[in-house]
Amino acid sequence: MDIAVDASKVPAPIDAQGPGYWGSVWRRFRTNSVAMVAAAVVLLLILLALFGPFITPADPYKASMLSRLKPIGTEGHLLGTDELGRDMLSRLIVGARLSLFMGIVPVLAAFAIGSALGILAGYAGGAINTVIMRTIDVFYAFPSVLLAIALSGTLGAGIFNALLSLTIVFIPQIARVAESVTTQVRSRDYVEAARASGAGAFTIVRVHVLGNVLGPIFVYATSLIAVSMILASGLSFLGLGVKPPEPEWGLMLNTLRTAIYTQPWIAALPGLMIFVTSMSFNMLSDGLRTAMDVKQ
Amino acid sequence: MLAYIVRRIAYTLPIMFGVALVCFALVHLAPGDPLVSILPPDASVDLQQQLRTLYGFDRSYPEQFASWIWRALQGDLGTSIATGRAVTGEVLTAVGNTLRLACVATFIGFLFGSLFGFVAGYFRNSWADRLASFVSVIGVSVPHYWLGMVLVIIFAAQLNWLPATGAGPSGSGDWAWDWEHLKHLVLPALTMSVIPMGIISRTVRALVAETLEQEFVVGLRAKGLTDFGVFKHVVKNVAPTALAVMGLQLGYLLGGSILIETVFSWPGTGFLLNSAIFQRDLPLLQGTILVLAMFFVLLNLLVDIVQSTLDPRISRA
Repeated sequence: MDIAVDASKVPAPIDAQGPGYWGSVWRRFRTNSVAMVAAAVVLLLILLALFGPFITPADPYKASMLSRLKPIGTEGHLLGTDELGRDMLSRLIVGARLSLFMGIVPVLAAFAIGSALGILAGYAGGAINTVIMRTIDVFYAFPSVLLAIALSGTLGAGIFNALLSLTIVFIPQIARVAESVTTQVRSRDYVEAARASGAGAFTIVRVHVLGNVLGPIFVYATSLIAVSMILASGLSFLGLGVKPPEPEWGLMLNTLRTAIYTQPWIAALPGLMIFVTSMSFNMLSDGLRTAMDVKQ
Repeated sequence: MLAYIVRRIAYTLPIMFGVALVCFALVHLAPGDPLVSILPPDASVDLQQQLRTLYGFDRSYPEQFASWIWRALQGDLGTSIATGRAVTGEVLTAVGNTLRLACVATFIGFLFGSLFGFVAGYFRNSWADRLASFVSVIGVSVPHYWLGMVLVIIFAAQLNWLPATGAGPSGSGDWAWDWEHLKHLVLPALTMSVIPMGIISRTVRALVAETLEQEFVVGLRAKGLTDFGVFKHVVKNVAPTALAVMGLQLGYLLGGSILIETVFSWPGTGFLLNSAIFQRDLPLLQGTILVLAMFFVLLNLLVDIVQSTLDPRISRA
């Protein structure tokens, strides 16, 4: 991703034998056992999302009226079956793909758009800053859950509309961070020096600003993935996101609500997946923040 | 001080206008005819035209916006398409129900959040700190609608101690602060309190740790002040920010209660929004979002003003 490319833009350390910026970040990250466990869980979930459909024990779409809501540990259905008799384990595995997709894509899109807007506002200052930041303030004035639900509610259910709504929710948050970091960097001596030596605005932003602001913005964006996972699944839970019969954890939680009196623990399983995922992303983000020494 | 308040209000007014504009635009972005939910498929063109004029949908957007704002300022948010009742009344009843839930939840969250935060900040890197930090990570990571379901499973379905849904015994119209009603509040309020608890505990931990490292604390200790005496100073330093975060959390909960209200069938704003969305009741949708967003903006303003009176450094900045 962008960050990997930026590593080359970070000025070489004076001590050529040293580990370099990313090397020392990794060294600090490695000693943080909580963050390492979280990173392992996230990696596992990403592998599930990529290869899930190839390792399911049963067809996640195949319904069977005769084996509805079988308990956990049933022969052939390790985690039981759902309200239409579909294999829970298979659906949870395949569900990783859509659930992670719905949670991560809005943050990535908002990271791209929000950083661009925030850096532009922060670097340009003046009227451009006022126009961008006051517009963003208006969207920031809505509680995020309300804005997400209001947007996807009016646009209508569906994956694309849910992604779009969540992206709009996260852009102001990321842009605000990007603007404040850029404003700080802009007044540093090295930017002043570059300007004095005749570098153009574009060069300064590319060479001096991006390398110094993308790190903190990225760390902030990773902390939003957990929120995004919960919100995206929440939209599906309300019937505003993914549509049946697609396996997605929030939607599964919704359709299984009818089973809380008959098979309560099966009904709770998809939510447990959302919980584990969002908690891992939160811990991973905390670890990254500490390792990259970003203060927020 | 006064100059700061005036400046802060002057800054809020354009935001309020922007918020109103977004609420209006949002609803008109919606694909499809706004009257589709009440018009029978075989409605005559005449009837369609009549209804369109009645609801004002035949006028230009700026005209509709201006008249909507003008009436909203006078407390009239229009008429619900689905029920034909005044939107203002419906929204106010719902806001009352949600506010009750959100206030109790914020209070519980603030109580436990500051407790955990103080313990964690005071005994940094001890097992108590790790435990408190873990609890606060859980608080910000748990999908609250799922937590609500789990609590219903345990305390309603399995143990049968508390009711699973509703805001009072069936047949009782108004809320009362008796056990018959309160027991309906327990599970949703507990579920909701987890969100502010996690955030407040994180904030308080960071603030306490930061305050304890400041030189005046060393000075107070050197002067021979007791631990409790120092603690009072720490509280004084932490309180303005912690209270500000609490105020903002109340606003977030008010706007974000829709998922929890859906799980518990709580008759609040979330429930209202949900029915407005699925019945495509645009005036109701517009009105509910406007009221919630304005409440949030005003709460922000109030928090800033209160914080600046508690901490004069802010208004001088």
